[in-house]
This record gives sequence, structure tokens and C-alpha cells, in this order.
Amino acid sequence: MSITTDQTEFLAVPAARGTCPFAPPPSYERAREENPVTRVDLWDGSQCWMVTGYDETRTVLGDQRFSADITRPGFPFLSESRRALSNTAQTFIRMDDPEHARLRRMLTSDFMLKKMEVVRPRIQSIAEELLDRMIDGRSQADLVADFALPLPSLVICLMLGVPYEDHGYFQDCSRTMLNTQSSAEEVNNARRDLADYMERLAEHKRLAPDDGIVSRLVERDELTPDQVASMGLLLLVAGHETTANMTALSVLALLRNPDQLARLREDPTRIKAAVEELLRYLSIVHSGLPRVASEDLILGGQLIKAGEGVVCMINTANRDEHAFPHGGELDVDRDARRHVAFGFGVHQCLGQPLARAELQIALETILRRLPDLRLATEFEDVSFRHEMLVYGVHALPVAW
Amino acid sequence: MVNLIAPRKVEAMKVQIDQELCCSSGMCALNVPEIFDQRDEDGVGVVLEPSPPDRLQNAVRHAASLCPSGAITVQDD
Repeated sequence: MSITTDQTEFLAVPAARGTCPFAPPPSYERAREENPVTRVDLWDGSQCWMVTGYDETRTVLGDQRFSADITRPGFPFLSESRRALSNTAQTFIRMDDPEHARLRRMLTSDFMLKKMEVVRPRIQSIAEELLDRMIDGRSQADLVADFALPLPSLVICLMLGVPYEDHGYFQDCSRTMLNTQSSAEEVNNARRDLADYMERLAEHKRLAPDDGIVSRLVERDELTPDQVASMGLLLLVAGHETTANMTALSVLALLRNPDQLARLREDPTRIKAAVEELLRYLSIVHSGLPRVASEDLILGGQLIKAGEGVVCMINTANRDEHAFPHGGELDVDRDARRHVAFGFGVHQCLGQPLARAELQIALETILRRLPDLRLATEFEDVSFRHEMLVYGVHALPVAW
Repeated sequence: MVNLIAPRKVEAMKVQIDQELCCSSGMCALNVPEIFDQRDEDGVGVVLEPSPPDRLQNAVRHAASLCPSGAITVQDD
């Protein structure tokens, strides 16, 4: 949202950030203060509504009349490559109830809290092993490559039954899919490669079943092979990109806020609360959550007509001063649990119990094992993932 | 001995989950595990104690406000 035209502004996704790389684009924050529900132009000349206020975001995401059905006319696409992906087999995240609920409920038991209590010891031992290897004989490393990325990748592979040896392949595909600089063709090809991979995996599980999620989806016999592939692909991509970036960006945010880091070191019982605050403060899904109005609706005093698109900027909503006083500050003593970093409404992140477990374990383990952790480069030289749909850092050189 | 002090009236609270609306986020079980749990088969929320004790009533109200699908209703008598 940088170029002002006659009536509306142009929505660049993601828009340029200001001086603080942790803060949402200043243009989004200005919109929130002036007009939390504002009409914007999209790349293809169409228009949609950009929602930046906390209350308004919860209203949209909590009301299924704001439809998540990608096939509904007027659904907002933030780039040509996103529109190109709309022709592929969809998962429940782009559907409405009752089909959404039917498909989502095939997976909910795998990610529920009780299940995470079983998975936690495994996550913990993976975290310890990765740090053992990272520290061994060295004094510095890239925290992304050596810890933040492999940890959730290993965990989601275990849960899905995907061989981790293939991580180079699926990480490559997902990087291309999530890069806003990729052409529509590149995104489509990467998506097809990964879907084909998942279909071959599903076929293999049919012959040699195991206790992973993909195998169980195959055994249910309720889904077509491309539906199994789409669901597996969604879980694989969402399962490693998000936590990996949240972990590295959280460590960087703490290193840049030494008082908060010290507070956590002196009282590690604050880790759970700190994770919620970091989720709020960093809100790495910075490209917005799209919906389309299924009927005429009033939102923040604006009439949203049936068929008009709406995009919720959760990173900006999570710093709304009405909901979070001094929202621009990182404060691990804050009760941030009502943040919308995982979204809100029936589409709220399926994997959030897993994400919480991984982030809590990752941060606790790093702080405990690396008491002298510090940045091994100038902060100004850290490369941020501006062009990726999931924000974070490309690499995080650290020393200890 | 006559007890002159009337027992303090305890606010009765009734908590319910609409299991059709529930999206199994597990937020309720995360925040007030004494009152909420999730079904093993699909993670749908269940109420363990429909009349929460005084000390948990604020937490239950907070959990209801955090429920992403608006499936939790709290009735105060």
C-alpha cells in the first residue's frame, strides 16, 4: 500500500517495512489508525478491503459469512501466482463448512494438546541433538540452517511419515511456492512437484502402512489421491516453514531486546507467556488472510458488498493499541493470549498446539544451552524474508 | 451457638460447548484444563465440569472469549 491514487491505495503484499524490521509496514499501521477497514487496489486492477484493526479482524475471521471458499467469485488473490494456485486441488483452509469441518476433523486429533504431550519428549530430544551437533567444535553457526529449520522439519516428517532424507527436495519446493518473486509458472511447477511427491508417498503407504498421518489418511479411503496429496503438502509446508521462521525471528527479537532476554533467563517459567507475546509481536504470516463476503455485511462502519474481497492483516491487528497497549513493544510479561497470530474463527491454525510445543521447547533449550548467545554479525546485515509469504530471516549467524 | 452469618451466595455458572461449532483448536483445554478437555477421536471440546468453582469462573469467561469458533457459552445465574 504505497502509491496513492484518486480514491484508493495500492495494496502491495507484503508492503515495504520501515526502520524496524520487526514492525508491520508503516502503511498498514497508518491505515489501522486512520481507517481499519479500507478499500485498496490489487495487482490486477481489482479492489478489495484491507482490514488492519484487531476487533475488525476478529469479526471477519469469526464470521463464516466472510467466506474462505477460494472458488467463490470475488475471492481476493494477492498475486498472479496465488491466483494460478487456485486451479489446483484445494484443502479445507480454502473451503467453508460443512465440507471444511468434515476434512479438518480428519486431522484434529493428530494436533490436539494431549497428542502433543506424547510428542514433546521427541521434540525435546531432537532439539538437544541438533544443538549438540551445532555446538560441537565450533564457536558460531547459522541458527536457521542448523537448528530452527531442521527441528520442525524433522518433527513434521515424523508425524506425517515423510522420509526426512528428502528434506532438501521439499524445502526447495516450498521455498519456491512461498516466494512472492516466483512466477506463476514456477509456483505451479513447485506445487505440482511436491503434490506428485506426496501422491507417490501415499501410494507407498498403501502398500506399506505405518502410524503416520499420511498412511492413516490413505487407510480412511474417504479421500481421492490428489486430496491426500494436497492435505499432506499443506501439513508439510505449514509444518516446517512457520515454526522455523518463528524460532529464528524470536531469538533475534530477544537478542535485540536484552532486558526481555534477561527477564526470560532469570525466570524460565515465563517461556510459555513469552511465546504468546513473540507470536503477537512478530506475526510472521505477513501477507494477510483472505476472505470474500458471501452477503452484504457492515464492518467497521463500511458496507462490504456480497462478492467483495477482504484481506486481514494479522500482523497489524496484533499491534492495535486498543487490544494491546504499547503494542509496538516486546513485553514477555504481557498476557498476549488473545493475539490473532494463528488467525481466528473456524480456520484458526490446526497445528497451533504443535507450534506452541516446538517454540516453547526450542526457546527453552537454546536459552539453557547457550548462556552467552549473541549475534555473530551486524544487525544491519541480517537478511530478512521480505519477499516470502512467511516472514523471518534467511540466516541467523550466532556465536556463543 | 447461632450462626448469624449467612453463607455467601455462590454465583452459579453454567458452561456449555456447541460441539457442532467447535473447530478443535484446543484453546479452552489449554487455558482452563480443569474445566475443558478434548475428545480423543477428533479433538472436539468437552466440558469436564459444567459448574466451575468460583476461583475458575474468570478463567472460563476468558476462555469463552478466546474460543475461535464461538462454541463456548457461559451462563451466569
